[in-house]
Amino acid sequence: MEDIEHIEKQMKLIRADGRRLDGRKPDELRPVRIEAGVLRRADGSAYIEWGGNKVLAAVYGPREAHPRHLQDPARALVQCRYNMAPFSVSDRKRPGPDRRSVEISKVISEAFSAVVFREQFPRTSVDIFIEVLQADAGTRCAGLTAASVALADAGVPMRDLVASCASGKIDGVVCLDLNKEEDNFGDADCPLAIVPRTGEIVLLQMDGHLTLDEFEKAMELSIGATHRLYEMQRDALRRRYSTTLEDILKEPPPLPAPPAPEFEPPPPPPEDDFGPEGI
Amino acid sequence: MSEEIVSDLMRAHVYRLASTGQRVDGRALDEPRKLSLERTYVKTAEGSARAKLGNTDVLVGIKMSVGEPYPDTPNTGVLSTSVEMVPLASPTFEAGPPRPDAIELARVVDRGIRESKMVNMEKLCITPKEKVWIMFIDIHVLDYDGNLFDACSYGATAALGSTVVPAKGQGLGDDFPLPVEHWPVSVTTAKIKDVLFVDPALDEERMSDARITVTTDENGDIRAMQKGLSGSFTYDEVKRIIETAQRVGRGIRPLLRSS
Repeated sequence: MEDIEHIEKQMKLIRADGRRLDGRKPDELRPVRIEAGVLRRADGSAYIEWGGNKVLAAVYGPREAHPRHLQDPARALVQCRYNMAPFSVSDRKRPGPDRRSVEISKVISEAFSAVVFREQFPRTSVDIFIEVLQADAGTRCAGLTAASVALADAGVPMRDLVASCASGKIDGVVCLDLNKEEDNFGDADCPLAIVPRTGEIVLLQMDGHLTLDEFEKAMELSIGATHRLYEMQRDALRRRYSTTLEDILKEPPPLPAPPAPEFEPPPPPPEDDFGPEGI
Repeated sequence: MSEEIVSDLMRAHVYRLASTGQRVDGRALDEPRKLSLERTYVKTAEGSARAKLGNTDVLVGIKMSVGEPYPDTPNTGVLSTSVEMVPLASPTFEAGPPRPDAIELARVVDRGIRESKMVNMEKLCITPKEKVWIMFIDIHVLDYDGNLFDACSYGATAALGSTVVPAKGQGLGDDFPLPVEHWPVSVTTAKIKDVLFVDPALDEERMSDARITVTTDENGDIRAMQKGLSGSFTYDEVKRIIETAQRVGRGIRPLLRSS
């Protein structure tokens, strides 16, 4: 028993200079990079790298809701599926949903239900798929932040994007955006998602031990970070969709008009049945 | 969800082009799409590769762990291949346990690697009958634009080529690269009416009557085959398909080998 306490005391997560083991200050975010529109088949998609996290998000819909009995005659369903690749963690994860991913899927679905204009698409479903390719703590926040960009990329009408970030406590210090070691050996973790324009909280979870003061400090850090993430989300969408004057000037002059097509006999009527005889 | 429908216009277009040896994307009938590979994409895996075959995009991760061998092969490591056709990749993929097509896909990829003896599994034995390395090939389909058989197989082959066995972490000496000895290449051919297409893109695949995957090794020998779908091939066609697979395979093998 004494030994374990000894080891735990040895596991220092904050260095003598007040910085964390990865060199960050307590209120510092890991590097984040977001890219919009990365998949061809999906209606909308986004990729995020956040510290050691690599997460893809795709959106399909609004499309017919399956199974049918789930359809809501008054509004669209927002259904999220959060999934981790078996190789995304150090010990191989068995494929398929576990209780943790089912819970995360549920809270993310609910977070987006708060912003999507669901009443515009009765009986349909907006399906959000989050695939964690490489995990380093904070995957739900990374997934949610990416999924939000994917929803915008899909053109799903929303009140605003949703941005998400976690804060926690390590060695008694409230810190922003815990990494894997900090999450494993830390004292508390508190993921948050907000609607930046209105400040509404659409996702909040906490585990560990925080005093009310510490919680307030954690929220202050997280809310600050979500606003920075919001800018990165908007920037990713701008990079995908905005056309500047420079782009227009860079484009080659339009091709000359093609020559008028020669008369072609109409093609044979398309056939449904390509039997062995052929056309 | 139901199969996607190919419009009559597209059907007629694909077939009209095919009858003069052309394809919708401008390729020759025996020309595969461009393959690009990004190795060690995932740091949490012992080996990985993201393979893009045209717009088809798959990510393969290799995880190594220590476990018991099968009683009938006490001196060889264990290979396990699985494919997740996650619904992110296509409107036709659904969440849930693997469907028969995902299982077939995983087994065909597995067969090419296993039967070509790509990895020397005997070198993955630690203590006969007791401890061997178990090699998990996990394939994540990210974007489905036709011909998953070859994309998954290329991704798996490249990922295996980049794998380092984490022996040190298990107290089993130094880490060592996976003992890769052969380079199988799978080439899939689809048949629409009487025309054969190498590496079918999505529209071609959806119109296919029959499909055949041929895996050959560096000697051109056949290591695995799988015919699929409800159409049929003549014996003559099969021979032509194998010859094409050998030729196309020779072009692709250097891409898989280089690391």
